[in-house]
Amino acid sequence: MTVIGGTTGDLPATPPSAKATPRAAPARGVANFLLNHEEGIWRWSARVAVVLPLAALVFTLTVLAVKAWPAIVVNGWSFLTGSTWNVGSSYGTTVYTHGIAHPMGSSYGAWPLILGTIQTSTIAVVLALPISIGAAFALTERMPSWLSRPLGFAIELLAGFPSVIIGLWGILTFGPLLAKHVYPPIADNMPDVPVLRYFRPPVGHGEGLLTAGIVLALMIVPIITATTRDLFGQVPPLPKEGAEALGMTDWEVARKVTLRWVRSGIIGATVLGLGRALGETIAVFMITGSIIRVAPNIYSPMSTIAATILGQLDGAQTDGTGFAVATLAELGLVLAVISVVVNLGARSIVKRSGRLGGPVGRA
Amino acid sequence: MAATPRPRMSRRRIAELSFRGATYIALILVLVPMGWILLGVIVRAVPHWHWSVLWTAGTGTAGGLRGEIAGTLILMAGVFVIAGTIGVFAGIHLSELARPHKSGKESGGYLRAASDVLSGFPSIVLGYVGYVALVVGLHWGFSLLPALVILSIMVIPYIAKSTESALRQVPTGYREGAEALGMSIGYSLRKVVLKSALPGIVTGLLLALAIACGETAPLIYTAGFSTRVPLSLTHAQFPYLTYPVFTFYNQPNAQARYLAFDAALILAVMVLVLLVASRLIVYRTQRNADR
Repeated sequence: MTVIGGTTGDLPATPPSAKATPRAAPARGVANFLLNHEEGIWRWSARVAVVLPLAALVFTLTVLAVKAWPAIVVNGWSFLTGSTWNVGSSYGTTVYTHGIAHPMGSSYGAWPLILGTIQTSTIAVVLALPISIGAAFALTERMPSWLSRPLGFAIELLAGFPSVIIGLWGILTFGPLLAKHVYPPIADNMPDVPVLRYFRPPVGHGEGLLTAGIVLALMIVPIITATTRDLFGQVPPLPKEGAEALGMTDWEVARKVTLRWVRSGIIGATVLGLGRALGETIAVFMITGSIIRVAPNIYSPMSTIAATILGQLDGAQTDGTGFAVATLAELGLVLAVISVVVNLGARSIVKRSGRLGGPVGRA
Repeated sequence: MAATPRPRMSRRRIAELSFRGATYIALILVLVPMGWILLGVIVRAVPHWHWSVLWTAGTGTAGGLRGEIAGTLILMAGVFVIAGTIGVFAGIHLSELARPHKSGKESGGYLRAASDVLSGFPSIVLGYVGYVALVVGLHWGFSLLPALVILSIMVIPYIAKSTESALRQVPTGYREGAEALGMSIGYSLRKVVLKSALPGIVTGLLLALAIACGETAPLIYTAGFSTRVPLSLTHAQFPYLTYPVFTFYNQPNAQARYLAFDAALILAVMVLVLLVASRLIVYRTQRNADR
């Protein structure tokens, strides 16, 4: 976009109309000072404001890294691979490892949480992506605008809905319903073979991995649908009409023209959804059952990184050595790194496929 | 090739019909849960709804939600002022003031990337940093100020982004016209560019407020919880509406659960009002755009 600048040097600093206002009458008033230095004030306020998100990001990562350092030293690599989560005895003796105090018997392995985070988000994205694209097609290609507008708005509503309310619905209404009527027939008919074994009973009470994944899918569907719908709206009509004139069916036009046109935009939207699924805390905390373990089957209670950070704070504060709080910082750092990597990866994918794959929806 | 035209056609027909069916099913799968969640909130709250929860103070797990409602409104006002100012200025910089690089590349790449990463950042991690750095590190205690700082950091990227895209939709001709009339950049920003981008900016602000008022996880780590609005910025736990929903819903006594459902309904209404208002603004400006 064009930036205006550098050409106002020979022009009066304030336009005539501003000088004519009575406010500007005192020669050295505050208002006059503001008007005379208006451009500089705008520039510097904007410059300061725009750096703040970057500063906040650096600050956040620094605080996490500094706070997590003792935990990183003591827990070592086994933090990423181990599966025991033991805060240790707060009444026992304090022991020192590498000069860092922690309660006796404390041992932290976050693998179940990392795996749980990946599992719930994967289920969410796998379920949400086709549904979102289908719904976006239905909204843009099939409906008169008097119908698609309110429906599209309803979808946007869901995107802005408080996650605590969705969690409430998931744990009180949706989860029990699934556990009673949907999971049993699936679980009972699964053959006892690798992979599918994971779907066999017991189905539990509706708190667990699959329920959390489905609810997360519901939460990210609106994000992907709304973005995809906007992208479809930006595909120029001529290529589509041309394809139709060649005798293509709607499905073929969708597959060969529309989807190719907006491919990278959909990747971006999906990663936006994935980011939300990875970091979602409250709803997941309510629905997973918050048990730190690798889920033995797809219906069983487990936990994710975000939910554990939320759930463990009260307990961590009782650790007099502060080691539990440091471990939570390490957990937060792991989640932050995952989230940043996913986000930057998506940016580079969008950029690269944007270069290769013809016109891209979002410039 | 032409020997078997019929099965080819019918395979394409089947693909076409199943595609159509699938898109409608997908749309239904998106819309039904939405209605179901809304209905669930209403059905759980309405049977024992008393208007008095709006102005009765809470006492532990009983009473009303006066403090929580006031607290959420105060949080939203604070976020509006802090994040609104910073976010709008950041958006102005990215769209209007940043100079392009000498290579012709668009400026602000790193800043925009940081903003994007921050908007996808897990809110619980931000909340944790708020706890470690502000609540404990600066000895502010669980209180309003750390909650405001963390919520603002959360929503600034949204506001910056929506401001930037609203400004980019202002036709270049407006700016050129303003410059041709001899206006300084500041004056033309104030009187021409920002004025025409205002509806888009306000829409972004309302969406950011909806996010702020529905957020729970970072507040638990920064605001703590209380049932009364304290008169100080720090060292006093602060009430907000999402907390009773999160903690009271599985309490053994019915009074507490009712309070959770009431809070959920009030929260839903607040968010709906904000989202509908933002949509109305978009709709009105779109309707007037062709004049």
